[in-house]
Amino acid sequence: MDYFLQQLINGVTLGSIYGLIAIGYTMVYGIIGMINFAHGDIFMVGSFIALILIVAFGITSSLPIVLLILALIGVLIVSMALTSVWGWTVERIAYRPLRGSFRLAPLITAIGASIALQNFVQISQGARNKPLQPLIPGGFTLTEGGADGSGFIVQLSYSQILIIVVTTVLMIGFTMLINKTSLGRAQRACEQDRKMASLLGINVDRTISLTFVMGAALASVAGLMFLLYYGVIDFYIGFLAGVKAFTAAVLGGIGSLPGAMLGGLLIGLIETFWSGYFSVEYKDVAAFSILAIVLIFMPEGLLGKPEVEKV
Amino acid sequence: MSNLKKDSLFAGSVKDAAAGGLVALALFGMMIGMQADVATGLGGQLGINYRWGAVAIAVVIVFAGRLLLNLFVWKSDKPVTRTVGSLLPKASSFSGLGRFATPVFLVLAVVLPFLLTYFLGTRGSRQYLDLAILVTTYVMLGWGLNIVVGLAGLLDLGYVAFYAVGAYSYALLAQYFGFSFWVCLPLAGILAAFWGIILGFPVLRLRGDYLAIVTLAFGEIIRVVLLNWYDFTGGPDGLSNIPRPSFFGLDFERGEGNFADFFGLEYNSIHRIIFLYYVILAMALVTNLVTMRLRKLPIGRAWEALREDEIACRSLGINTTNTKLTAFALGAMFGGFAGSFFATRQGFISPESFTFMESAVILAIVVLGGLGSQIGVVIAAVVMIGGFEFFRGLEEYRMLVFGLLMVVIMVWRPRGLISVRTPSISLSGKAKGISADLVQEGHG
Repeated sequence: MDYFLQQLINGVTLGSIYGLIAIGYTMVYGIIGMINFAHGDIFMVGSFIALILIVAFGITSSLPIVLLILALIGVLIVSMALTSVWGWTVERIAYRPLRGSFRLAPLITAIGASIALQNFVQISQGARNKPLQPLIPGGFTLTEGGADGSGFIVQLSYSQILIIVVTTVLMIGFTMLINKTSLGRAQRACEQDRKMASLLGINVDRTISLTFVMGAALASVAGLMFLLYYGVIDFYIGFLAGVKAFTAAVLGGIGSLPGAMLGGLLIGLIETFWSGYFSVEYKDVAAFSILAIVLIFMPEGLLGKPEVEKV
Repeated sequence: MSNLKKDSLFAGSVKDAAAGGLVALALFGMMIGMQADVATGLGGQLGINYRWGAVAIAVVIVFAGRLLLNLFVWKSDKPVTRTVGSLLPKASSFSGLGRFATPVFLVLAVVLPFLLTYFLGTRGSRQYLDLAILVTTYVMLGWGLNIVVGLAGLLDLGYVAFYAVGAYSYALLAQYFGFSFWVCLPLAGILAAFWGIILGFPVLRLRGDYLAIVTLAFGEIIRVVLLNWYDFTGGPDGLSNIPRPSFFGLDFERGEGNFADFFGLEYNSIHRIIFLYYVILAMALVTNLVTMRLRKLPIGRAWEALREDEIACRSLGINTTNTKLTAFALGAMFGGFAGSFFATRQGFISPESFTFMESAVILAIVVLGGLGSQIGVVIAAVVMIGGFEFFRGLEEYRMLVFGLLMVVIMVWRPRGLISVRTPSISLSGKAKGISADLVQEGHG
């Protein structure tokens, strides 16, 4: 039972990170109907930017707690801004010129952009792992193991709490943004009918760009969280995290925001429970298999709308 | 008036270029300018290497490039509406290339080993022959994938899985049953095609982009299984001592009754290399021949129709699932052939050789060469694989260039470099190439 509780905590933490990335996939898919294959690598770039900021400003766990929190918020804001520029640039260079081209074209440029980003970071930052000292050590111990070594120590670390809290706050804020503001209204309008939206005076290109910017900003938050949680990153993390987050988006129903969050949580839980109870080696196979199974048997996902193919 | 216009053009261009430079500064300021590295820190901790010079160069390049483009190419103070497309020659300028290049390439490929050994001697030519084998392997893989992506319009991101199936089939059959290369070659192809059908059957009903992701997932699943099934596949250690192919039972070793002895030649290790080169060349040419013939059969026509418009195909009574499945299985089969050749050439295989990047390289070759163009694949493979072997120092930039080229080529000419479509049937009886620019783009 204790072991189960620990896996549950880990799963929710991981799921929050996947959920944040999945939102980027699902929003872009909703608005222009393409898989932004480079999104996982935008997440990776965000993670690197956060790492560089943390190292450059010498942020360590020895800072007083208030200062540490302020510094992390600063890192978050700067890395969100810089990662957004990356997201915007990728959209501007690789996707916008191909709007209205045949269906495979933007997908191929997306793969190209993903490969280019990965290798750019590999060359500019080096191929080696980047280990970071834990910034927020410590946590609560929920259950003590028995004195004789029996039982299982369940821990809820401060960084896990931070990840879950930040994710929840961001998701609430984000849902408000989509549902209440005029930008969100424009996005939903573009999602339903781009031509009609432009006839009604919505700048469709700008709205799509902003969608990419928002997706990239959330991915950079996920990047920082990933860095805090695992403490080590490399140029290749975007590939796996991207595929898993995409699985989450599909599982929840692509195009649906609550679906992306739900899917992220589910994928995080499945992955941790799979590695906890079956085998760590095959945890990626589990995620990939779920992707295939969901796409084959229920392509509309849990909360999505069935898609009607139009001629 | 023109003076005023010129002024505003210049001012606008500078402003726009400055904006581009600012964006470049935001992009590269940290990613290039500050390298987080372990080596400079203390006790395994990270430190920062500052490289502001490189950032300055990158920003200046973006600024100058954008300014020059604005002033001389786009010639407008509002370049945002234009794309890279207007910058480069139109597609039709390459249309005669295919007809002219095919015989040249073929003759060159056949006489290449003799040319090399004649001019460079047996020792000097070995390195180039190895390179030629590598390039030809990629040509074959490209042609195999071209059936799936170029003809049938199915984006397969896990093609390397079938390459792996072919390689491991041969290696395992040779290891456990002692089968020879020539027995295993067809078996490897059949097994790969079989896997293609198994994997393809459930997923081929999916739409284009979902299909891409699922094939990617399958490619990774196969790799992870190969990596972790230690007892059977050797896991990360791979399989070694894979037997070499023989020439009608004659081995390429020193001694009595072997190739050199049988033909009364002096033993030389280059014989085997030349033999391997001709094996892969023959296999690649068979792939090409089969593809070209299939294009003229109803199934091949159905593939191309499917690529252009799936819904129209369905309403004309074409069984789209079967049509896709044949393309997928055939592509997989050729991938399997190439895989078993790879195993026998290397003598050693491990899951490291079958990563997603390998799929991406093959896809890049197909995309750059021109989706559906056979000669385009050859040119792309020679340039991309061969070209980078000559610039050894630039090896690490290879994938970066591949990625960027995929983007640029798609934006410039979405149908690839050689984008000529030769109809497989025409009224007058003589088919003429049609530039892909004239073909209506469908949705698949």
